[in-house]
Amino acid sequence: MPETFKVELDTPVYKGSVSCNTGLFINGKFVDAVEGGTIDVINPSTGKLLTKVAAATSKDVDIAVAAAKKAYKTSWGLKVPGAQRGELLMKLATLLEANIDEFAALECLNVGKPWSESRGFDMKLTLQTLKYYAGWADKVHGHTIEKLAYTRHEPYGVVGQIVPWNYPLTMVSWKIGPALATGNVVVLKPSEITPLTALKFASLVQEAGFPPGVVNIIPGYGATAGAAISMHPDIRKIAFTGSTLTGRKIQEASAKSNLKVVTLELGGKSPNIIFDDADLDQAVKWAAIGIFSNSGQVCTAGSRIYVQEGVYDAFIKAFSEAAAGLNTKTGDPFSEGTIHGPVVSQTQFDRVMSHIDAAKAEGAIPFIGGERHSLTEGFFVKPTIFTNCTPDMKIVQEEVFGPVAAVVKFKTEDEVIEMANDTNYGLACAVFTENVSRAVRVSNALEAGMAWVNCNITTEYNVPFGGYKQSGYGRELGAYAIDTYTQVKAVHINVGLKI
Amino acid sequence: MASVFTHEFNTPIYKGKTSFNTGLYINGKFVEGSDKTTIDVVNPATGKVVTKVAEATSKDVDIAVAAAHKAFETTWGLNMGGAGRSRLLAKLAQLMEEHQQELAALEALDNGKTFTWAMDLDTTFAIDTIRYYAGWADKIHGQVQETDEKKLSYTRHEPIGVVGQIIPWNFPLLMMSWKLGPALATGNCIIMKPSEFTPLTAIRMCELIHEAGFPPGTFNLLTGYGHTVGAAISGHMKIDKVAFTGSTLVGRKIMEAAAKSNLKDITLELGGKSPNIIFDDADLDQAVNWAAHGIYWNHGQACCAGSRIFVQSGIYDDFLAKFTEKTRSLKVGDPFDVDSYQGPQVSKIQYDRIMDYIQSGKDQGATVHLGGDRNGTEGFYINPTIFTDTTPDMKIVQEEIFGPVGVVIKFEDDEDVIRQANDTVFGLAAAVFSQNINRALNTAHRLKAGTAWVNCVNQLHSNVPFGGFKQSGIGRELGEYALHNYTAIKSVQVNLGHIM
Repeated sequence: MPETFKVELDTPVYKGSVSCNTGLFINGKFVDAVEGGTIDVINPSTGKLLTKVAAATSKDVDIAVAAAKKAYKTSWGLKVPGAQRGELLMKLATLLEANIDEFAALECLNVGKPWSESRGFDMKLTLQTLKYYAGWADKVHGHTIEKLAYTRHEPYGVVGQIVPWNYPLTMVSWKIGPALATGNVVVLKPSEITPLTALKFASLVQEAGFPPGVVNIIPGYGATAGAAISMHPDIRKIAFTGSTLTGRKIQEASAKSNLKVVTLELGGKSPNIIFDDADLDQAVKWAAIGIFSNSGQVCTAGSRIYVQEGVYDAFIKAFSEAAAGLNTKTGDPFSEGTIHGPVVSQTQFDRVMSHIDAAKAEGAIPFIGGERHSLTEGFFVKPTIFTNCTPDMKIVQEEVFGPVAAVVKFKTEDEVIEMANDTNYGLACAVFTENVSRAVRVSNALEAGMAWVNCNITTEYNVPFGGYKQSGYGRELGAYAIDTYTQVKAVHINVGLKI
Repeated sequence: MASVFTHEFNTPIYKGKTSFNTGLYINGKFVEGSDKTTIDVVNPATGKVVTKVAEATSKDVDIAVAAAHKAFETTWGLNMGGAGRSRLLAKLAQLMEEHQQELAALEALDNGKTFTWAMDLDTTFAIDTIRYYAGWADKIHGQVQETDEKKLSYTRHEPIGVVGQIIPWNFPLLMMSWKLGPALATGNCIIMKPSEFTPLTAIRMCELIHEAGFPPGTFNLLTGYGHTVGAAISGHMKIDKVAFTGSTLVGRKIMEAAAKSNLKDITLELGGKSPNIIFDDADLDQAVNWAAHGIYWNHGQACCAGSRIFVQSGIYDDFLAKFTEKTRSLKVGDPFDVDSYQGPQVSKIQYDRIMDYIQSGKDQGATVHLGGDRNGTEGFYINPTIFTDTTPDMKIVQEEIFGPVGVVIKFEDDEDVIRQANDTVFGLAAAVFSQNINRALNTAHRLKAGTAWVNCVNQLHSNVPFGGFKQSGIGRELGEYALHNYTAIKSVQVNLGHIM
């Protein structure tokens, strides 16, 4: 029998207990992993062990898939009318709402993100997303096309979903919301680094009354559980959010196994372009949000900041003041003034520091930051701004996934568009200008799945999200996610034609 | 001060209490009508007055319209995002669910339909409808169109503004939900007139709407007569759209008034004389059951009622025998009796109208095969009636009776029955019974009606559009289609570099 993780918190922002089951959630129950393995879950603000959770391997994936397949045949899919699927999703949202502070606190413990972000952003977006897709469940329309030909937008059946550690619970909602609304059953692997809120969420799935097997949540390592999901012959579709490196593996595995449909949401090195005619004060604020939110652990982070020469000096001065200001607001997620948290793990910390070291070695100047925070416990990196960057530097080309900005000076619109597009990534971009023609012209010209004008990384649950090029394909959120989780059957009925 | 209606239900099927303000609901408050007059509410099961409710005049319409416009400019319209509108509608659905039995009892008391039907159909479907449109509120999408590289061209689907909605007495609460749902989901403010015959559930809903948290002025309820309040709404210069469900006769007046005033947009859901065609190769027992449901559901007071039942000659005798037996089995009785299927007709006026039609059938030489008379001595009860041996020109074959009166017509030929079925100014619905895929679908496609049912009748869903061809109406309610009734399309074209 899996144990329950429970801890009592007494902090300025949250007082109370925080708990979750530590087993695998398969077929409506929490169970131990077949091979008995466990994963250590660390608190990145302290570096200390929080708890252990069960580690799923391919054997557990097989059991989960079998349960999901059975549920799809008997108690889910199109047998359950859309309105009913919607009601269950709404019930799930309502249960989350009733417990939202506890979920926010658990996310802070596991990810290190400040309470203001966890409660103020993650939880809010999670709730909005679930409610939004609850409303779509009875609005999945096919089309009729002359005579009697019509399309059915059918669910796939068993879908595999692998979510990352940067917005653990939010990413779960982005995946299961549309998948369940359209009638699929789900085998979801949360990140081994941040499984706790997903496991607590599984308890709500149970309480909401989803038939057993419809939602299965199984933490595990990518190399074992993740690989097993991507190779599984009974999983008809896989959706992955994570690194481009792992995305390639998922796609290869699909090709080698059953050609399961793949959607990928991968990395980015998104350009943030600030023109002379921008509202500079606003641009600075948004630039900071774009690269320092969630300690830079955001796929859409505006990590390459291009500043037109006319405002370059003024921008650097103001931007570095904003970054420096974060140093005094760094620390414990549960302290009221905290805005800047740690990166999620020792591995990530080492990775970010090595990018910083490489940048220095290549001649980029750490205008501010570029080192560990004075807090010796936990994985805190100071907000960092590199200047004197040239396009070929690693710091300009490669995704750091930490609070590290690379700033490049530019002269003309044509020049910056070319520089901005000179990347294998294509997730997002941002443009700051007060001129309406320039704003639309430049955002049209940038090769990215999302473009922000006079704002940055603002994600809305009803606006599609996804990348161009090696940032992935397929779209999440909005109405578009409904297409991501349905397959089209065209039906032709002969009404009276005799041959 | 507007008064309060308090009533204790002590019946075999429902025991409970209701108590609510019976004023007009304008700008978030319950008020008396400007002339301080009232309308009597009659219980059709007894013919006795149950209570009085405030009566609105055109002055009240003006006050409500001003409040609605103010709300539209400040707290509603696009000032409240879709997510907010969604949340409020979801809350309303939840409150309706909490009060479902009370609403069903009020509906049965006011309209005469049985409590069982009011629970299983009217209130359940109404709650579903509100919930359905709650889900649409944050999914109102425009389009982006490609013109050329130097342009940004897109559409906004904006709320129209202040809309007038006039609803009938046959499914009072349900009709209210069909109108309120899409109009509020898309951001409009509403001036609604319930039927003067059946205002109670609409008035009760105002307290729930208030409790849900809709800003004052977004929804306003004005009980009143068609020729006063209805006319004021359809002719109002500051109401931007009117949606009406009711008779074709009144529908014409609404359309004229709209044309003469400010050319307000209109949608109309009017009468019908829907054909129900039963072929030789139908599943006979099923066809009998559905045919009965088609005409006797809601005491025949359904716009889509399958009131002309065409039966192919090969099965005519069998059908008639079984249909007669089925019809006999339908129990007419008090709405609050556990086994009642059919209650009274809604009012004395309707009772008289239906009895006149029955008389005309007799006068014109049709055979009263079953029924054709009053049931009991109290209240407006009519026995389920079957006419046979009719000719196409008879009033009972051409005109909408809106009562439990079915006309059964024998036919020979597929082509001929389709011609007969389409030979009407109406076009609301149609039904076809056949087990053969070609015949069933071909016939359904050729019938000139807004809804075609195959091997079923009177099936309605929140997400399937409903409305009429020809003189049965203009526009579609329910489903995604209803959103079009309540949005105005603005095309925005941004020049990104074309030089003049």
